[in-house]
Amino acid sequence: MIRLEHLTKVFNTPNGPVRAVDDVSLELPEGEICVLLGPSGCGKTTSMKMINRLIEPTSGKIYINGRDTDATDPIQLRRSIGYVIQQIGLFPNKTVADNICVVPDLLGWDRKKTRARAAELLELVGMDPAAFMGRYPKELSGGQQQRVGVIRALAADPPVMLMDEPFGAIDPINREVIQDEFLRMQQALRKTIIFVSHDLDEAVKMADKIAIFRSGRLEQFASPDRLLANPANSFVESFLGSDRALKRLRLVRVAEAMLTEFDALRGDDPHARGKVVLEESGLPFAIVVDENGRPTGCLAGNAEAGVDAKVGDLARPVRATISTDADLRLAVASMFAQDMPVLPCVDDGGRLKGILTYRSVVKSLASAEARE
Amino acid sequence: MSEATTASVQVQKSPASARWVTSIRTPVLVWLVIALAVAIWISLSDMPAEILTYREDIIYLGGQHVELVAWSGGLAILTGVPIGALLSRPAFQRVSEALLQGFNVGATIPTLAILALSMTLLGIGTVPAVFGLWAATLLPIVRNTYAGLRAVPQHLIEAACGMGMTPAQMFWRVELPNALFVIFGGVRTALAICVGSAPLVFLIGAGGLGELIFTGIALDELPMMLAGAIPTALLAVVTDFTVGRLQYYLVPRGINPLR
Ligand SMILES: Nc1ncnc2c1ncn2[C@@H]1O[C@H](COP(=O)(O)OP(=O)(O)OP(=O)(O)O)[C@@H](O)[C@H]1O
Ligand SMILES: [Mg+2]
Repeated sequence: MIRLEHLTKVFNTPNGPVRAVDDVSLELPEGEICVLLGPSGCGKTTSMKMINRLIEPTSGKIYINGRDTDATDPIQLRRSIGYVIQQIGLFPNKTVADNICVVPDLLGWDRKKTRARAAELLELVGMDPAAFMGRYPKELSGGQQQRVGVIRALAADPPVMLMDEPFGAIDPINREVIQDEFLRMQQALRKTIIFVSHDLDEAVKMADKIAIFRSGRLEQFASPDRLLANPANSFVESFLGSDRALKRLRLVRVAEAMLTEFDALRGDDPHARGKVVLEESGLPFAIVVDENGRPTGCLAGNAEAGVDAKVGDLARPVRATISTDADLRLAVASMFAQDMPVLPCVDDGGRLKGILTYRSVVKSLASAEARE
Repeated sequence: MSEATTASVQVQKSPASARWVTSIRTPVLVWLVIALAVAIWISLSDMPAEILTYREDIIYLGGQHVELVAWSGGLAILTGVPIGALLSRPAFQRVSEALLQGFNVGATIPTLAILALSMTLLGIGTVPAVFGLWAATLLPIVRNTYAGLRAVPQHLIEAACGMGMTPAQMFWRVELPNALFVIFGGVRTALAICVGSAPLVFLIGAGGLGELIFTGIALDELPMMLAGAIPTALLAVVTDFTVGRLQYYLVPRGINPLR
C-alpha cells in the first residue's frame, strides 16, 4: 500500500519558487496500478520521484506499507522499489543479463540464481535467453530494450514499482503488445505500481486507479470507469475529451452488457415461429442455433417465404460472433464492421450465451454510471 | 521461419568477421610495405652496419628512454585520471571549467619550454625531465577523463541512483565504464605526445635516445642520428599500437565503437 499525505514540492528557481506538486494526498491499495495522468509539467514525475526519494518533498509524508519513507535509508528504500525511467536507461556497458541483475547484484545475491532468474524473466516477455543474455543494449530493438527495462525493475521482486512512461518510446502497435504482456504479468505478480503516463487510452487500459493532475494539484483520483462516467470538474472533463463515453467501452465486458433473455431459433423451426419471435423481440434479426447451441445463421424480418418454409432455409450465415470475455469496444467495432445490429455472444465452446444490440450497449454504459 | 533464422545468424556473423579482417589486415599491409622498403635499403647500402656500431649506446640509451617515458606517462595516467574524475564531480562544477581553461592554455606551451621551466625549477637530470614530460602529457588525459565522465547521459546516472546504487557504486559501475573509451582516447594522445617529446630531455641532461639524435645532428653523423631516430620511431609505433589494442579489448563491447 502506498499513501501520500499532503505531499508538496516547491522548487526554488532563479525566477522564483515553482510549486511542482501541491498538497497531494492519495492512497493506493496493495496490488493495484495507479496511473498518474495529466498535461506536461503538471508534476507527475516529481510526485513519483519523491516516493523513492530521488527528490525530497518540501512537506508532506509518504508511507509504503505503513512505513514512513523518511525513516528508511534512501539506498535501501530504492533497492526495494522497482524503477523504470522514461528513457529506459539500460547501462550500455553491461550485457542484458547484467542489466537485469543490477539490483540483485547490489543486494549481493547468489550470482547463479540471479542469472537463472534473469533468463526466466526474459522468457516471460518472449525473449529467448540463449540469444539475448549476452547481448548489449545497443544490439536490441527499441521494443526489446523497453522490455528489458521493465524486467530489470522486476528482478529483485520488489513489492512496489515506479514506472515513468515505461512504454513511451515505442510505436503504438508494439505498445499495445507490451501493455498486454505487462498486464498478464501483473495478474500473476500483483505489484503495487505507480505508473506515469500522458496517454489517456493507456491509462484507462492499465489503471485500477487514475490520478489526474493539473499544475501540481490532484484534480481527481478514481477508478477509470468512475472517472469517465463522472468527471469531477470541467478540467477533468475536457482532459478526458468529448469521446470519453467511447473510452468506457473498453472497461465493460460483453458478458455484463449482453441480453440473456431472448428466444433463439432452430434450423427446423417453421418460418411462422421465426416471424413471431422477431415481432416479439422487436429486433431486426433473430439468431439461429444448431443442436449444440452454436449460432449458425440469422433470420431477417423481411425474409419472404411460403407458409411451409423452414427457418434454416431462409437464414443468412452469421458474419461475426464475439466472446463473452471480450470488451465492448471490440464488440461494437465488429458490429459496425460487419453490419451486425444483433451480435451473437459465445462462450469458449462457441455456444450462444447472449446477444448484443446497440441498445443493450448504451444501456449497460448508463447502468455502469448508475452503479457508481 | 528457418530461413529467417539462418539469415539473421549470417547477418550477425559477417560484421564480426569483417571487423577482424580490417583490424588485422591494415597493420599487416603497412608492416609488409615497411619491411620491403627496409629490405631493399639494407641490401643497397652499408648504413645498417654503421648504425649497428652504436648497438651498445642504443641499448643503454634506449633503456633510459623507455624508463623516462614509462615514468612520466605512468605518472600522468595515475594523476590525470583522478584529477579529471575529481573535476567532473558536481562539487567541483564551479571551478572545473575555469581550471580546464587553465590547462588548455598550459597545453599551448611548447614541450621544450616546459622542459626549460622545469630545469630552472628542479635543475638538470632525470627528475626535472620526468616532471616536464609528465606536465606535457597530463592535459589530454585530464581533459578526456573529464569530458568522458561529463558525457555520461544524465538518465543513466538517474537510473543508477534510482535503483539504489551508492555514489561510489555509480562511479565505478556506471560512470567510469561508460567514459572508458574516451579516457583511452586521451591516454593514446597523451602517450604519443610523451614518446614524441622524450628525445628533448637530452637537452636538460636526462639522456635517452635524444643523445644520439642531437649529437648525430651536431656532428653531422647520419648513422648516429638514425641510431637514435629509428628506435624512437619504433617506440612510438609500438606504444600507440599497444594502447590501441588495450582500448580495443578492455573497453566493453557495448560501448566500444571499434567492435
Ligand atoms: N529540478 C527542478 N527545478 C526546478 N523546477 C523543476 C524541477 N523539476 C521539475 N520542475 C518543474 O516542476 C514542474 C513539474 O515537473 P514534472 O517533471 O513533475 O512534470 P511532468 O508532469 O512529469 O511532465 P512531463 O509529462 O512533461 O514529463 C514543471 O513545471 C517543471 O518545470
Ligand atoms: Mg515527466
